[in-house]
Amino acid sequence: MSTVTEVANGIGQSVRRPDGIPKVKGEFAYSSDMWADGMLWGATLRSPHPRARVLSIDIAAALAVPGVFAVLTHEDVPGRKTYGLEHHDQPVLAFDEVRYQGEPVAVVAADHPETARYAASKIEVAYEELEPLVDPEFALSDASPPLHPGGNLLRHVYIEHGPEPGEADVVVSGEYEVGMQDQAFLGPESGLAIPAEDGGVDLFIATQWLHVDRDQVAACLDLPLEKVRFTLAGVGGAFGGREDVSMQAHACLLALHTGRPVKMVYGREESFFGHVHRHPARMRYEHGAYADGRLAWVRARILLDGGAYASSSSAVCSNAASFALGPYVVPSARIDSYVVYTDNPPCGAMRGFGAVQTCFAHEAQMDKLAAALDMDPVQLRRRNAMETGSSMPTGAPINCPAPVDELLRLVHERPLPEGDGAVPGGVANVTRGEGVVRGVGYAVGFKNVGFSEGFDDFSTARVRLSEVRGEPLVEVHTAACEVGQGLVTVMAQIARTELGVENVLVLPADTQVGSAGSSSASRQTHMTGGAVQAACRAVREEWEGRGAIGDGIEATREYHHRLTQKLDAKGQGDAHVTFAFAAHRAVVDVDTELGLVRVVEIATAQDVGKAMNPLAVEGQIEGGIAQGLGLALMEEIQVVDGLVRNASFTDYLIPTILDMPPVELDVLELGDPDSPYGLRGIGEPPTISSTPAVVAAVRAATGRELRRVPLRPDDMIGL
Amino acid sequence: MEFLQPPGWREALEARAAHPDALPIWGGTDVMVELNFARTRPAALLDLTHVPELSRWESEDGGVRIGAGVTYTRLIAELGDRLPGLAMASRTVGSPQIRNRGTIGGNLGSSSPAGDALPPLYAAGASVEVASVRGARRIPIDEFIVGPKRNVLGEDELIAGVFVPVRDDAAQQFAKVGTRNAMVIAVCSFAVDVSEGRVGTCIGSAGPTPIRAREAEAFAASAAPEDAAAREFGELVAAAASPIDDVRGTAAYRRHALSVLARRTITWAWETRCA
Ligand SMILES: Cc1cc2nc3c(=O)[nH]c(=O)nc-3n(C[C@H](O)[C@H](O)[C@H](O)COP(=O)(O)OP(=O)(O)OC[C@H]3O[C@@H](n4cnc5c(N)ncnc54)[C@H](O)[C@@H]3O)c2cc1C
Repeated sequence: MSTVTEVANGIGQSVRRPDGIPKVKGEFAYSSDMWADGMLWGATLRSPHPRARVLSIDIAAALAVPGVFAVLTHEDVPGRKTYGLEHHDQPVLAFDEVRYQGEPVAVVAADHPETARYAASKIEVAYEELEPLVDPEFALSDASPPLHPGGNLLRHVYIEHGPEPGEADVVVSGEYEVGMQDQAFLGPESGLAIPAEDGGVDLFIATQWLHVDRDQVAACLDLPLEKVRFTLAGVGGAFGGREDVSMQAHACLLALHTGRPVKMVYGREESFFGHVHRHPARMRYEHGAYADGRLAWVRARILLDGGAYASSSSAVCSNAASFALGPYVVPSARIDSYVVYTDNPPCGAMRGFGAVQTCFAHEAQMDKLAAALDMDPVQLRRRNAMETGSSMPTGAPINCPAPVDELLRLVHERPLPEGDGAVPGGVANVTRGEGVVRGVGYAVGFKNVGFSEGFDDFSTARVRLSEVRGEPLVEVHTAACEVGQGLVTVMAQIARTELGVENVLVLPADTQVGSAGSSSASRQTHMTGGAVQAACRAVREEWEGRGAIGDGIEATREYHHRLTQKLDAKGQGDAHVTFAFAAHRAVVDVDTELGLVRVVEIATAQDVGKAMNPLAVEGQIEGGIAQGLGLALMEEIQVVDGLVRNASFTDYLIPTILDMPPVELDVLELGDPDSPYGLRGIGEPPTISSTPAVVAAVRAATGRELRRVPLRPDDMIGL
Repeated sequence: MEFLQPPGWREALEARAAHPDALPIWGGTDVMVELNFARTRPAALLDLTHVPELSRWESEDGGVRIGAGVTYTRLIAELGDRLPGLAMASRTVGSPQIRNRGTIGGNLGSSSPAGDALPPLYAAGASVEVASVRGARRIPIDEFIVGPKRNVLGEDELIAGVFVPVRDDAAQQFAKVGTRNAMVIAVCSFAVDVSEGRVGTCIGSAGPTPIRAREAEAFAASAAPEDAAAREFGELVAAAASPIDDVRGTAAYRRHALSVLARRTITWAWETRCA
């Protein structure tokens, strides 16, 4: 038996992704590429109105289209007619009322996708249009019409931390806004449902959490869990946008109804209506500080637009409150965080999960405060930096390394980039330097890793060691979703290191093994990594005891993180498992006459606990920064009167390679005492403080307040 | 859907005459988008990529005649010295894939006010050559395009190419504002073409068609090349635009940005001519 140190491609090594080259060459099979004999195609009819009563649905003309096999409405949903991650408030297919533009009303299966879409257009729905409720502030007031039985306030989290805010030498206040960002994953929602002989159904699906999808769908189908089997299909990105069910139930309904395999694939436009987005936010902040720069108190009011259905809004609302102050020591704070229902597109999980919105606001406030105190903004941040043992506003102490000061020092001390002759606009030839001003900005942020507020979060791994032609082979089976983050290499690396066996096979993720929890909240390497580690150790123990592999050794283990608590009425409680921190410095060139920005460089420092796969760490950090840069400068779903105006990649702009600057990276590996290998989730922190760093740099260049992201050229030039 | 693929220009014109409901296609970078979104359902496609005459360009008296099937990549590589303004505009189109596939004829055929090849053609005073089995004619470009995505191409006509005048010592510029650094539809754009006694201009993406700023042209043709004149020129260009608010930008921003682009580009053009 080999020892831990000998094995190649174990943890800590930059192992290449097995799907990397196939993806680049276009050979990887995404969920949209699946095919089955005799397969039908599903299509969805969606509401054109943000709010309307559904008076009647006439499917006769659609059914009469040759090639159509089924046209289903809410009446055909055999089980529970609604689903949802936290509240079952979202109809599988609309009944009584539609509450947002794009809400599914009926589904069609036909022998050709175009026939299915054509038939869907033949369904006649009589709507009585209602005035949409689109202003979240109005939704919060008693005067607004309730969109759901419980009213429009989805959640309010109040945090009372320390004594009542009192004296301060300097007070700064500000109002900030974040627009609606989209995950913009490249692989649209898609899956293939195959009816089974036992009356059940198998669904091959691109998702983030197989078991929770399966549980929701089984309830809607009125089938026992064992008859609804989900297998992960090739995922083309997720970023939170696949946490909610989209076409899962629809495809299964159609397959069970027709007795034929049914494939559904959204187009790009439909995808914008097919998943939840990042919550738009309006935030009001007041910071009080002493003359020496120490923070005295903070008041914050956060209002999130949850859109038509709950999704994970209440957790996002709570997170926004928990991380409202940033990674700073604040003796006293009063925080109100609200999320409301409106008739805007539903919002839910997206990379950063509530911490993105508030980081934009608290970092703007820190810069304002630095200016008011005539202090260097990095100095001000370092003076107030949290460290291990500092108290969260929710009362509990930070229990892990919290190198806020060190991260800021690292990005601050990096040499600044020289001019390289490039200008904003690039080949668009708008300037030869006229109007161009350089700016530098800093930001730091943090968030929780894993699920909070008392959720018993766990993952399951089954590991099997066998001998194949005299060579040991390890098979790792979990339900954990590889969504592009690199879990597929990490699971194999752990098995190699733990068992000293190089030959590791990671089996397809499915519901034939216990839940792995979601590939979200920067948690999957921590949680499923922990489960794989535990299962490997059990196998190893057995192997050492027996001294031989024999006819195979198998172990299944769950990994649970330590239990957390719910927040009490004053927002107090040990609600979070652990935390991840990152800092960013952005250098930008702004054409101050045209309001065009070129990001010259991003420097970042992040504590990852343990770099399980350094190459993948770098990839996550650079990708996360691109998404943060996108929110700062261009990414917004424009919604007017409840209607989306830019549901396409023509007008929803995401950064291209020419917008993405070089990233200078410092990775710290301060082991977490409470996680496998000391690792800490890395997916979200790059997205959190990169946005405010870019905005701070643009502020420095333009001298303007810039209260809203994404920045618009008009705001940058003061039009 | 029928698919017609004539092997030469004469056959193409005959096919066009016989199938007035066939939609011409070259690079397909506009057509395929329309088809994918089911915005058009033509009875037939008339594929022109096998017509060798269309992908040629040649010098003519006083200018260059460019076949409709010449791609952006080729405009940049082969005509960059003679038509620098058109090459600058071509560099801003889409991505390498789009520039390899998309053509000047397609941009004319689409007649979008945001078509990036159009402003330099307007500024140079180009004319569009259209042909049918009945014969060929040349139409000044600003008479060819008559509205957003509308032109005067007859039912039986195809775009053969475009004639672009080349003037001695002309200085040309093109600048485009977009909210990211590549792959972006113009929020607004501006082309200027300065030669002895003549200034040509065109505003892109700030009106129902590309627009020539005639007053600005007349002013700049006789103005001394100084900062104040460049500024005045910028104001006149901005005044000639008729922008709207849409998802890509506000009317106020477009007007402002055009004054900046016009001021900067005429300054660069003057510098080139003085050098
Ligand atoms: C991702 C992407 C990015 C883009 N970026 C830009 C950009 O930055 N700037 C820009 O200006 N455009 C852009 N476009 C639009 C498009 O690439 C250009 O308009 C291009 O010039 C079209 O050329 P084509 O050969 O592909 O035309 P096609 O799509 O083949 O045809 C376009 C139109 O012209 C007609 N047509 C073509 N040839 C003839 C002919 N010989 N006679 C008569 N009619 C004809 C067609 O019937 C059709 O109506 C982009 C498109 C995509 C998909």
